[in-house]
Amino acid sequence: MKVSVDEDKCCGAGSCVLAAPDVFDQRDEDGVVVLLNAEPPAELHDAVREAADVCPAAAITLRTAP
Amino acid sequence: MTSTLDPANHPPADAPDYPMSRAEGCPFDPPPRLERLREETPLARVRLWDGTTPWLVTRFADQRAVLSDRRVSADMTHPTYPRSAPGRASLSFIGMDDPEHARLRRMVGSAFTVKNVAAMRPAVQRIVDEAVDGLLAGPRPVDLVEAFALPVPSLVICDLLDVPYADHDFFQRNSRTMVHRKSTPEQRAEASGELARYLGGLVGEKLGEPGGADLLSRLARRVAAGDLTMREATEMAVLLLIAGHETTANMIALSTLLLLRNPDQLALLRDSDDPTVATRAVEELLRYLNITHGGRRRVAVEDMEVAGCPVRAGEGLILPNDVANRDPRAFDDPDELDITREARHHVAFGFGVHQCLGQPLARLELEVVYRTLYRRLPELRLATEFETIPFKHDGFVYGVYELPVTW
Ligand code: HEM
Ligand code: SF4
Repeated sequence: MKVSVDEDKCCGAGSCVLAAPDVFDQRDEDGVVVLLNAEPPAELHDAVREAADVCPAAAITLRTAP
Repeated sequence: MTSTLDPANHPPADAPDYPMSRAEGCPFDPPPRLERLREETPLARVRLWDGTTPWLVTRFADQRAVLSDRRVSADMTHPTYPRSAPGRASLSFIGMDDPEHARLRRMVGSAFTVKNVAAMRPAVQRIVDEAVDGLLAGPRPVDLVEAFALPVPSLVICDLLDVPYADHDFFQRNSRTMVHRKSTPEQRAEASGELARYLGGLVGEKLGEPGGADLLSRLARRVAAGDLTMREATEMAVLLLIAGHETTANMIALSTLLLLRNPDQLALLRDSDDPTVATRAVEELLRYLNITHGGRRRVAVEDMEVAGCPVRAGEGLILPNDVANRDPRAFDDPDELDITREARHHVAFGFGVHQCLGQPLARLELEVVYRTLYRRLPELRLATEFETIPFKHDGFVYGVYELPVTW
């Protein structure tokens, strides 16, 4: 799984951090998402999918590695 | 089958009035008519107080799609924005669109990151502990709204905005007037003016002492740098106060009442040592009660499709999150209160770029209340007949006006 985030879309509500704290964090100055791991290990995939689902701003994109 | 979704089948003349009433004896459930629309006509015309007939979007997936669509605007000054009452003015970025909305929202974003809110936990716990001390030392029965639910979030906001301790009384008094049912419109306007002047003054003081890490100091630095006007900074501070006070207060009182009516769920929450029980309960209670019952409001600024039907540029859209949170397509047994379920994807904080900025703080406050209040008052019970409790059917935020309790 490959994760990418769109900082311009992000509204900083932090739902991704609650769902998958090992993969997402927030910038201290404005709350915008910071991607900690663009290729998270398999055991985090469910949490990452949940993060993408709850993101209110469609700022998280997931691609399954070929 | 002819499509019931075709707007031609719903000429505005037949449009039902909105808002709709809850069923007698079911104060915790959304209006039955809304639920019927969700099942039968997921995009329907409704009629508002001013005679306009915007679209009502009732299904969970459709609401999420609309609220995250860039072709809808939250601009409350748009001529066809579906207004909930005459003269309801916009306040700071809640009624703006990106990029202006994002510019302002990000200036206060830091205070609401998951990490920075987590750092507020000891302060929130202290505020809740002291409020419970106050209950225990005071008379019984007591109105939980007045004695606990309203002061707790007000003191948390004092902490967030770094309001000096000596001014807490002034701050609480005016906040209370702003949300009190018996306040006249003049008293309300005066209180909000007092608070705006006060918060503007605080930002002004911070201008003279740069370097603070609190939210108003950050805003003051933006003012000094010319990124923000004093007026914009003050409006943002007032928005945070208004958005965070009455909402959280209503949620505390209404969810306490719901739990008292569901003693098995209350016992589960009170007697568990597992902190994730309270975390989950917060989400389920937010989903189930959905206190912002007036619906999110938007206006289409381009032609688009909603629930498979065309919506034209300039048409208003109302998205009542309460029926979406009871949509069986999104939640199993949606009308069942189950504090152990996984409900985090609810839309009680809205969805899209305007989704509640204060949600990490609201979650923290509720969790601390749920883990503290019922344990320290294990005998908590209603001090009146359930049937006599006044619900805020007409309120902008749903809840109870009074909650007489004893223990
Ligand atoms: C249980 C408590 C709360 C509930 C149910 C709630 C609900 C909501 C909802 C539904 C919206 C979306 C409005 C829209 O889309 O038009 C919203 C926005 C907002 N909320 Fe909350 N809220 C709560 C607590 C708080 C707190 C504690 C704060 C801050 C101290 C806060 C600050 C805000 C702000 C600033 C916005 C505007 C966001 C924007 O337009 O970008 N809220 N809230
Ligand atoms: S959930 Fe989405 S909008 Fe919220 S912080 Fe994460 S990426 Fe940004």
